[in-house]
This record gives sequence, structure tokens and C-alpha cells, in this order.
Amino acid sequence: MSAVHAPAAPATGWKSWITTTDHKRIGMLYFFTAFGFFLIGGIEALMIRLQLAQPDGRLVSADTYNQLFTMHGTTMVFLALMPLSAAFFNYIIPLQIGARDVAFPRLNAFSYWVFLLGGLFINASWFAGPLFHAGHLNVAPNGGWFGYANLTERQYSPGPNIDFWLLGLQVLGIASLAAGFNFIVTILNMRAPGMRMMRLPVFSWMTLVTQFLVITAFPVITVALVLLMFDRFFGTHFYLPAAGGDPLLWQHLFWLFGHPEVYILILPAMGIISEVLPTFARKPLFGYTVVVYSGVLIGFMGWGVWSHHMFSVGLGPIADSVFSGTTMLIAVPTGVKIFNWIATLWGGQIRGTTALHFAVGFIAMFVIGGLSGVMHASPPADLQQTDTYFVVAHIHYVLFGGTILGLFAGTYYWWPKMTGRLLSETLGKWHFWLIIIGMNLAFFPMHFIGLLGMPRRIYTYSRDLGPGIATLNLVSTVGAFLIAVALLVFIWNLWRTRTHGQPAGDDPWGGATLEWTIPSPPPPYNFDFIPTVVSRLPRWSTTQMRAIPEGSPEESLPHVPSGSIWPLVTALGLPVLACAPLTHTLWLAFVGAGLLFFGIYRWAFEPFEV
Amino acid sequence: MDQVTPVEHAHPGAATYLRIAAVLAILTVLEVGVFYVPVFHAILVPALLILSAIKFTLVVMFYMHLKMDSAFFTFLFGGPLLLACCVALALLFLFGAIGLGK
Amino acid sequence: MTHAAAEHHTSMGVPSRKMAFWAFIGSECLLFGSLISTYLVYKGRSVVGPYPHEILNIPLTSFSTFDLLMSSLMMVLALAAVQRGDMKWGKIWLLSTALLGIVFLGMQTYEFTSFVREGLTLQTNLFGATFFVLTGTHGAHVTVGVIWLLTLFFRALQGKLGPEHALTVEISGLYWHFVDVVWIVIFTVVYLIQ
Repeated sequence: MSAVHAPAAPATGWKSWITTTDHKRIGMLYFFTAFGFFLIGGIEALMIRLQLAQPDGRLVSADTYNQLFTMHGTTMVFLALMPLSAAFFNYIIPLQIGARDVAFPRLNAFSYWVFLLGGLFINASWFAGPLFHAGHLNVAPNGGWFGYANLTERQYSPGPNIDFWLLGLQVLGIASLAAGFNFIVTILNMRAPGMRMMRLPVFSWMTLVTQFLVITAFPVITVALVLLMFDRFFGTHFYLPAAGGDPLLWQHLFWLFGHPEVYILILPAMGIISEVLPTFARKPLFGYTVVVYSGVLIGFMGWGVWSHHMFSVGLGPIADSVFSGTTMLIAVPTGVKIFNWIATLWGGQIRGTTALHFAVGFIAMFVIGGLSGVMHASPPADLQQTDTYFVVAHIHYVLFGGTILGLFAGTYYWWPKMTGRLLSETLGKWHFWLIIIGMNLAFFPMHFIGLLGMPRRIYTYSRDLGPGIATLNLVSTVGAFLIAVALLVFIWNLWRTRTHGQPAGDDPWGGATLEWTIPSPPPPYNFDFIPTVVSRLPRWSTTQMRAIPEGSPEESLPHVPSGSIWPLVTALGLPVLACAPLTHTLWLAFVGAGLLFFGIYRWAFEPFEV
Repeated sequence: MDQVTPVEHAHPGAATYLRIAAVLAILTVLEVGVFYVPVFHAILVPALLILSAIKFTLVVMFYMHLKMDSAFFTFLFGGPLLLACCVALALLFLFGAIGLGK
Repeated sequence: MTHAAAEHHTSMGVPSRKMAFWAFIGSECLLFGSLISTYLVYKGRSVVGPYPHEILNIPLTSFSTFDLLMSSLMMVLALAAVQRGDMKWGKIWLLSTALLGIVFLGMQTYEFTSFVREGLTLQTNLFGATFFVLTGTHGAHVTVGVIWLLTLFFRALQGKLGPEHALTVEISGLYWHFVDVVWIVIFTVVYLIQ
């Protein structure tokens, strides 16, 4: 019954990469592209910190500073954190569920290309000044990552900056939506035989919840952006009070998206550490069912808290109280997960790998971020905290201390599977300690800076602003640079282990889930035979590592699609279309739409078998 | 679960579709009637909401085959639909368009 | 060597494309929900006219509502024909659906142009802005649907559409009915409840 087959050698060359529909390749593309944008966002952060290191900073102008913090936020949220999570969705989900690829491989490729092109589009604004007769080089978005109206209206933001932002985000939204549909169907419909939903790895579960949040939340920001686009380009007054419009409509629409978005950012990382902790404690996740239900509950409840971002706008006591209550409630399922993770480690056979360090670091840092978050939940307290550095501290503890540390845990955990080589543990430990010290130096002082009265989004401050503010800012800047050093160590680790890394084998960690049953890196078709799953931890039994029972053999050689160019062609239509309003050039819209239609038609009628 | 046999669903015949089309047309006439006939204006909003909800449900259940298809599709559609309705209601309250005796 | 995609094992016993499309329709509920919410929240807040009661044409819109409802009937008949392999009637019903869609678009165009002539544009007031963006988005969806249906019709003419493509026709039907259903909401909420 066992088929004789030569392992299919993956095609090489740039043509194979631009036509790839292989989820593993797409995952790698996401990883490196997103990491690149992460570094760009980091440089933006370093410039911010250099400007703020001392009072009366003169490194950058106020306008450039506004661009820096806007692009830092926008880049980190949309171009770094989400796509880094997507890198793992892409690479790992099909492996964990026992599938050969995602449900719609070409749509998957399309999502990546749209992401890349959208990211390039929005970052082109750094150099596009001359094209718009701006008088200086950089016309990057400058209205904050949340773009509050009516600052973003044409009247107050006459340049192309906000146009880059609103057009770029609409393009990026399409990438996320497409991926959302893809992964929902993949996780629900392409599981290996025997993999019931309550046997699904937690990372896959959290990804599923995340994708539901994506497909419900992104349409709302799309509408918000479209209305802003109409205001800026077609003379409507959606957010303009003079015509009866209400700037708060923007805030509601944005945060209706924005709050689910932060759960989109954190749930995947929570899923990652729910895999890492059990593996390195040699112990199943404590309370799997509770962790899964908590994740689902967070997804639902995340829709009920959005106006806690608006406690200072005058919603009234009823609205304030309702959202305060819902916000405090959502801390419950989150807290439950923390206890479950700790209980997983308790009494386990701990192996202190780098991945585990990052996972434990996640727990500690996320708890700190969660505490400041709960403090925000009280409207009176929030009136002091909002719009100060206290919130910046909260954001960075949950997103850097949470999401980014979680992503690094995933990187050290799954890199061997993806590349066949282990990352250096020594360099990894250096990376970890430098970054955790760096991030605490960078962000902990911000709690105090904020409470002492330093507002967000100011390009400089006076020495008299408050006692110790200048010193704390300097400490924060030092911390930021320490983070940068840590990242250099990480990059060196990646580079060096390309050639000097220890070969990983199928299963360097003794993992419980299906991805560890296949070679590292996996062959194009992933599994020789689709496994049949009989438990939640397919590879762990009480005495030894369990071999997976072979499923029914399929064809002599599992079929792998040969790729397609049409996702890329279709994707190209979007930035071209976006350039039309940006440059006030109508014919570009026809070219862009034409490319879209052409690409879609060729895609639809191409013979393509998954 | 193991290999699941594809969900079987019975197809309503053309007669059923025609009957539903007739009902939809009648409901539309009723809606317009409620709009035009002054005696109904006191109950205009609830009547119209109910009539259009029935039309909505008929099209979704029968023309989109949701009644006969997998219950999961009902969840996939119904969940976000419910969410959209709740969001709309919340916004109406927050903007004072409807009030609890404000 | 290879099996067709249709024979792939599916964990939930439903075709993946159909599941994806229902998820898409769910997502669209939030899109139209946000637009309708915007319309409702801004109702009565226009600082200048024209106002809805002055300009909305109920008889015309009732007719276009009826038109779209009948197009949904044509669509299910088209699907039923394709499913049983009757491509002659499949083509007739597909084309009819598309034609009724074009009629709808024609009436929308007439409505929009007459509103502009009567002084209601995107820029005039909040009613104009919210009305045109909401119904315009809906109209854009109808347009995409018409293109989709005509594409299927032409494929059928070329003999390239048959009962083995019933799922494709079904999914185009789901899209079409959804667009109809959104109109049912818009007709009530925008036109009838003023």
C-alpha cells in the first residue's frame, strides 16, 4: 500500500515565488515582509524616542513627528503584527489540522500580494512629497493611527497624507478580509479525519476566533474610511458639524472596528503560547476547554466595549457606565487564561528553551498591560489617563509585551519546522533578556510620565512639564535602543543559523501536535498520508511518543497545484486603483479596475485543482 | 469527525418558489399600503419592520435555501446579522436617535 | 492521477466555496449595517433640504422593489434548471434575472438623476450624502451581480456551463438574493419609514 514516490522538489527561482500558492511559501513571504515593516516601524519608534529623549527636542519638525507616530502605529498594527501572525496562520494551521493546504490557495496568495502592495503604497508617502508639490519629501499620514475626524478632513489636512492613509488601509483591509474567509473555511472544513473541534490545537482555535473578528470588524472600518474618502474627495459632510455631521460618528465606527482589532492582535499570540507552554512543561494545557471557551467569549465580548476609547468625549453617564461594565467583564475570560497558563507550567517538567522564556515573558508582561487596561475601564480614572503616556504604556505592554513576545515565542518554536534548522539558544537567550529589559525600561516609565501629565502625540515638551518627566523620557529612550540591540541579535541569529544552525529533524521539541510528525521543512504536500486523529494531543501518550495511525493512502503522489500568476495580477489592480483618487487621475481608476477584472476573470476560468 | 456525508437537502419545486414570489409581492403591496393609508400611521414603524422582516426571512430561508441547508450556514449568516442589528441599535441610542425617555 | 476538488473530504460535509460565501455574506451584513446605521443616525439632521418626504418617489421605488423580488424568483428558477441539466431554461432564467437587474439599475439611475435635477446631490446635505452612499453601494453590488450573471449566461451560450457547475450558479444566486434582501431593508428603512 505504501507508495513509492520521489519527494517533490519545490520549484525554485523568482517565477516560482510570484506564482506560489503553497501556504508554506506564502507564510515565509509574510514573515519576511512583515518583519521588514516591523523594522521600519521600529526605526520610526527610535526617531520618536530620540526626539523625546530630552525636552525641547529639535531632531524633527512637529509635522514630521506627527507622521512618525502615525506611521509607527499604522505600520506596527497593520503591516507588522497582523501579518506576522498571518505568517504563522499560513505556515502552521494546515499542518496542525492535517491538511495539504488552505481551502483557497490562490486567494491566500492574493492576500499576501495585496498586503505587500498596500504596505508599499502607504510607505511610499515618505518620499512622495515632490509628486504633490509639497515642499518637502515626506507626506506620510499624520493624523494618528486612528485618524480622528475632523482633523482628517480636507480643510484641516489639505495634503495627500491622509489620502495615503485612507486609501492604503482600504487596500490592506481587502487582504485581511480575504484571508479571514480563507482561514475560517480551512479550519472548519479541512481538518483531518478524527480532528473534532475540541481536539483542535489552541492556536488553530484562537486563529478561528480571530478570523471571525476580522470578517465582522473590517467592514465597519471600511465604511468609516469610505465616508472619510467621500468627505475628502467628493464634498460630502459625514463628519462635519456645520452640515449637521458628527465627528463622533468617525470615532464610533473606528472603534467598533478598533476594539475587535486589538483582540485580533492578541488572540493569535495567546494561541501560540498555549502551544509553547505545554510542550516545554511536558504537560497538556491546563483546562483546554476553558481556554478555548474563554477565547471565544473574548471574541464575542470584544464587540461590546468599544466606547471605552471614548470616555472623554461626553457620551453621558449611561453610556459610560455600560461600557465601563462591559470592559471590566472582559477582563474575566482573559484572566482565566492567565491562570490556566500558569497552571500548565505548575508541576511540569520545565525545559527552559528560548521559546519558553518568551512565553513566560508574555504572561508577565501581558498581566502588567492588563492591569493598566483594567484601570482604564473606570471612566473617572480614565479621564486622567486618556490621551497621556499612561495609555501608551498600556498599549505597549499588551502589544509588545504580549503580541510581540508571543510572536517571538512562536518564531523560536516553529522556525525549526519551517527551515529545518534550530535557532541558536544562546543568541536566543541574549535576545530575550535584552528585549525584556529594554521593553521594561522603555515602557514602564511611561506609566509615571503619563500620570505626571505628559500628553500623547506631542512632538516635544518643556523641562517644566513635570518633575522627573525629562529623566524618565531619557530612560525610556535608552530602553528603546536596547530593544533595537536585541533585534540585531535576533537578526544575527536568523542569519547565522541559515548555515550554522543545528538540523532540526521532524520533532526537535517532542511536540504533541501534528506539525511535528512531518519533516522539517515539510514536503510541498505536507503529509504522505493524511493522518487520522484520535485525541487532542495526537503524539503524546502516557508512556512514549505515539506514532500516528496512517490514514487511508491517497494517490501515488499527493497532488500539489503548480501555482498561478493571477492572484498577483489581480492584486496589482488595487494599488493602481488607489492611485487614481490620490493623484486625481481618473484614467488610473480604469486601468486599476481593468486589471482587477482581467485578473479575476483569468483566475476564475483557470484550470486549478487543489 | 470522520468522513461526513454531504448534507442532503430537499429542493423545493418551482411551484413553491412561485408561491413565495406571490407572497413577497403581496407583502410589498401591504407595505406600500401601510405607507399610504393614513389609518395605519400609528403603527407604521412596527408594521413595516415586521412585514419587511417576513420578506427578508422568506428570501433567505427559501430562495437562499438556508432552511434546508446546514445549520452552520444559519450561524455564519445569523451571527453577523444579529451583530449588525445590535450595533445599529446601540448607535441609535448613542446618537439619541432613539431614547429611553431621554 | 488527481481527484477533482469536488471530491475532497470536508470536515463539515458542505462545499468549501459555499461556506466561504456564507461567511462573505455575513461580513456584508456588517458593511451594509454600518451604512444603514449611518443613514439612520443622521436622519432628520440635515441642516438644509431637500428632505426625504419632499423627494422620495414611492411608486417608482415600489416598482423597483417588485422588480428585484421577481428577479430573485428568476434566479431560483435558473438554479433549479441548471441543477436538473435543463440548460435551455437555465439560460433563459439567467438572462431574465440579469435583465431585471439591469432594469433595476436603470430605475436607480433615473432616480439619482432626477434627484440631482431637483437639487439633491451628495454634497447638498446629510440626507443626500447618506442616501447616495448607501443606495450607491447597493447599486454597485447589483452591477457586480449583473456582470456575474451575464458572464454565466455567456458561458452557458458557449456550452461551458452545465449541471456540474450547479454550485457556481448556486453561489451566484446567494449573492443575488442577498443583494435583494439588502434592498428589502433599504426600501423599508429609507423610503417607507420617513
